[in-house]
Amino acid sequence: MSIASHRLFSRNDLIGFAVLAAIIFIVLPLALDTFRLNLFGKYLTYAFVALGLVLCWGAGGILSLGQGVFFGLGGYCMAMFLKLEASSPENTAIQSTPGIPDFMDWNQLSALPWWWEPFHSLTFSIVAVVVVPVFFAFIIGVAMFRRRVGGVYFAIITQAIAAIMTILIIGQQGYTGGVNGITDLRTLKGWDIRTDSAKEILYFVNGILLFACLLAAQYIRKSKLGRILIAMRDQEDRVRFSGYDVADFKIFVFCVGAAFAAIGGAMFTLQVGFMSPSFVGIVPSIEMVIYCAVGGRLSILGAVYGALLVNWAKTTFSESFPELWLFGLGALFIAVVMAFPNGLAGVYAEHVAPRIARLLRRGGVDLPATPDKTPAE
Amino acid sequence: MFSDYSMSELGAIFAMQGFAGLILFSVFVLMALGLAIIFGQMGVINMAHGEFMILGAYVTYITSNVFSDYLPALFSIYFFVAMVLAFIASGLLGMAVEWAMIRHLYKRPLDTLLATWGLSLILQQVYRSVFGAREVGVTIPDWIMGSLPVTDMIEVPINGIFVMVLAVGISAAIYILMYRSSWGKQVRAINQNRVMAGAVGINTEWTDRLTFGIGCGVAGVAGSAFTMIGSTGPTAGQLYIVDTFLVVVFGGAGSLLGTIASAFSISQAQSIMEFFLSGSMAKVLTLLTVVGILMLRPQGLFALKLRK
Amino acid sequence: MTINNPNFVLMVEGLTVSFDGFKAVNDLSFYVEPNECRVIIGPNGAGKTTVLDLICGRTKATAGSVNFKGQELLKMREDQIVHAGVGRKFQTPSVYEDLSVFENLEISYPKGHNVFGALTFRRDQQVKDRIAEIAETIFLQDLLEEKAAYLSHGQKQWLEIGMLLIQDPELLMLDEPVAGMSVAERKKTAALLNRIIADRSVIVIEHDMGFVADIATRVTVLHQGKTLSEGSMERVQNDPKVIEVYLGH
Repeated sequence: MSIASHRLFSRNDLIGFAVLAAIIFIVLPLALDTFRLNLFGKYLTYAFVALGLVLCWGAGGILSLGQGVFFGLGGYCMAMFLKLEASSPENTAIQSTPGIPDFMDWNQLSALPWWWEPFHSLTFSIVAVVVVPVFFAFIIGVAMFRRRVGGVYFAIITQAIAAIMTILIIGQQGYTGGVNGITDLRTLKGWDIRTDSAKEILYFVNGILLFACLLAAQYIRKSKLGRILIAMRDQEDRVRFSGYDVADFKIFVFCVGAAFAAIGGAMFTLQVGFMSPSFVGIVPSIEMVIYCAVGGRLSILGAVYGALLVNWAKTTFSESFPELWLFGLGALFIAVVMAFPNGLAGVYAEHVAPRIARLLRRGGVDLPATPDKTPAE
Repeated sequence: MFSDYSMSELGAIFAMQGFAGLILFSVFVLMALGLAIIFGQMGVINMAHGEFMILGAYVTYITSNVFSDYLPALFSIYFFVAMVLAFIASGLLGMAVEWAMIRHLYKRPLDTLLATWGLSLILQQVYRSVFGAREVGVTIPDWIMGSLPVTDMIEVPINGIFVMVLAVGISAAIYILMYRSSWGKQVRAINQNRVMAGAVGINTEWTDRLTFGIGCGVAGVAGSAFTMIGSTGPTAGQLYIVDTFLVVVFGGAGSLLGTIASAFSISQAQSIMEFFLSGSMAKVLTLLTVVGILMLRPQGLFALKLRK
Repeated sequence: MTINNPNFVLMVEGLTVSFDGFKAVNDLSFYVEPNECRVIIGPNGAGKTTVLDLICGRTKATAGSVNFKGQELLKMREDQIVHAGVGRKFQTPSVYEDLSVFENLEISYPKGHNVFGALTFRRDQQVKDRIAEIAETIFLQDLLEEKAAYLSHGQKQWLEIGMLLIQDPELLMLDEPVAGMSVAERKKTAALLNRIIADRSVIVIEHDMGFVADIATRVTVLHQGKTLSEGSMERVQNDPKVIEVYLGH
């Protein structure tokens, strides 16, 4: 990062963003049928979480093992709106109390709980998708970072919060749909989200939102705040005694991570058609960390590739060799910590990028006139 | 919630639930002691601790089968053999893991957390492949089953008493090991200053390996005890890991007394609330209380105020 | 001595901190005048670094008061103390190794210190000029683009001093600024310090007596958390109590 040129994008950043955009918006939609495209859309919703973790963990050194909570809260806010729309009195005429979600009826509830009411409004729900998780993150952040809880303790406590959240959702099944979650979602303002065309449109909406988050993350990384995060990770006391309220910065980045995760959760609900506690708890939350670690905990683009790759591997392996998948995932955790601490991005920077640079240079020097003749000697 | 019961009923409920809580307390203590050693003294987050416990449980299961098939006459005492074997098996596996993985990760606690999580996934799959996905139950010798009537309304199960005695015994042994033996002094010296400890002639590598092994071994014994009150499955250990970590952190890492006190308060709170609320709400309330207290007092209940 | 004596920049009174019963600093009082360079000396474990920790808010005091220009520092957060005008250098050089020298200095630049300010901070000409000026003072003008990790030990010490200078504090606290430096670096640092202490109050912890004699206005000798002796270098050096503590055992 040189002093004079301090732009939002370096040349390499631009190329990276362009390649990713081409993959998401051109290559995948052309190469995949709607079913597979929808699947990749689902993987990409995890990229939001991984992206938030790059900021919190990679840049700021704050490892949250409770990102599933925010993913879930965002997803549930969206699902509550869709469920209410699917539970119109006509659709639910056979229930003993028509007009409330089916699982409430099964659990002998006879009226909609008051806190479900506002989710009749789409605007409210969309605002809630971001505001509820961010508010929750803010509370946790203030409580923990103001008291200087960090590192391992923060990780364990966020993990406990993920556990509490899951138990609560499963236990209160009359209000939350319990272990099955909120299922059988159909339409968004009358638009059927289960059709192929809807799935394709949602895939692109998802991609655009992801790029918006990537840009926000890039802006944060390149601002002075990004450098303060790195400084904090290395020498927290020095930052404090340079006149910064360190807690504020941690709270901020934790809330940003929560917001990203929540958007991902909402898009998950829309694309997959349900939301359940199995995306909230300890196990999914820590798996989200591995998406980030595989991509490279310092690289925002890496987060996207990490989420895609791990989830693609998970689908492929658990379809054909279910017992191998856990071995593979376990090995991945160990490998990423012991052998590839910077993940795919690190491997790329160390091994691939220099080779490309050498090839380009050689091409430029030896064969200035015919750059299309790739020197593959 | 109390108004539906008479005073004597309430007394009996508290006594029974309190006793049930003591069993939970014993499992917590056995699990947490190992973790407290590994985390408090070595700074390593062992997310696979539950799987080491389950290894102990499976060893107990195998031992009980072997005894009932080949040594039926000695079946009534197999449990003691099983505990020793469980300690050895989990301890050896722990030492192997320390050698292969943990020793490269000292000073990177968050990385140990992720790596040992990976290990826990692998171990779970190994258990599933070897023992099957279904939970297995261990046949307990008759003398441990049954219960002692105290009053008409209160009776205490013998297996509970047995587990408690075990927990107390092991706590005492660990206390002596850590605070009264020269080995414990070495462990604590390494914790405080690894380089200096090495310089004065402590074999830090070997001490680390042994410490980790003992921590895991104690988890194995916890697994043995666990078979008496729960059934053993590949993922049973994972259910306890977060609770156990909370116990350790809540007690103040590095303080054995704190670990025991926090195991006691958490298990009692959970057990007594369980009677009046649904099990899940009791757990939610307990965990929330613990997390809330930790936010107010992040260093845990028993932690020294140290000069930075 | 009235409580708000305008002649003192810093008034430390009855300062006490106890760690599980052990009083590392025990009922300590001292006063620093404007433009004074106060050197704190004392044997290991006398509580020198702890005193600085207490003043800058790193350690919370058990009792006493630290008054800086009429503000009670013991009730303030570390960053508020910094903004009040107190700068602190640590014993071991603490710089941000992953950032360049320029970026290290930029983070200490007194602008954009809240979240919003940091997000919208612009690296304008004023910032660049100021950083260039400081870099020249601390002999690092040619290394602005270098990662701090690649600096020598002495250069890291200078960089940290530079990070304090850019804040332009009224009270500068330096913990062993020349420790671990070569003779040449030591000389350069002495010159640097003599230049920067001219227009502010400074508290320095130092063991190097030649260095102390060179810069000190007054010297405070700490022993077991209490003031053993205080005054000019000459007076302190001839104080029998000091000689007893330093040579007696």
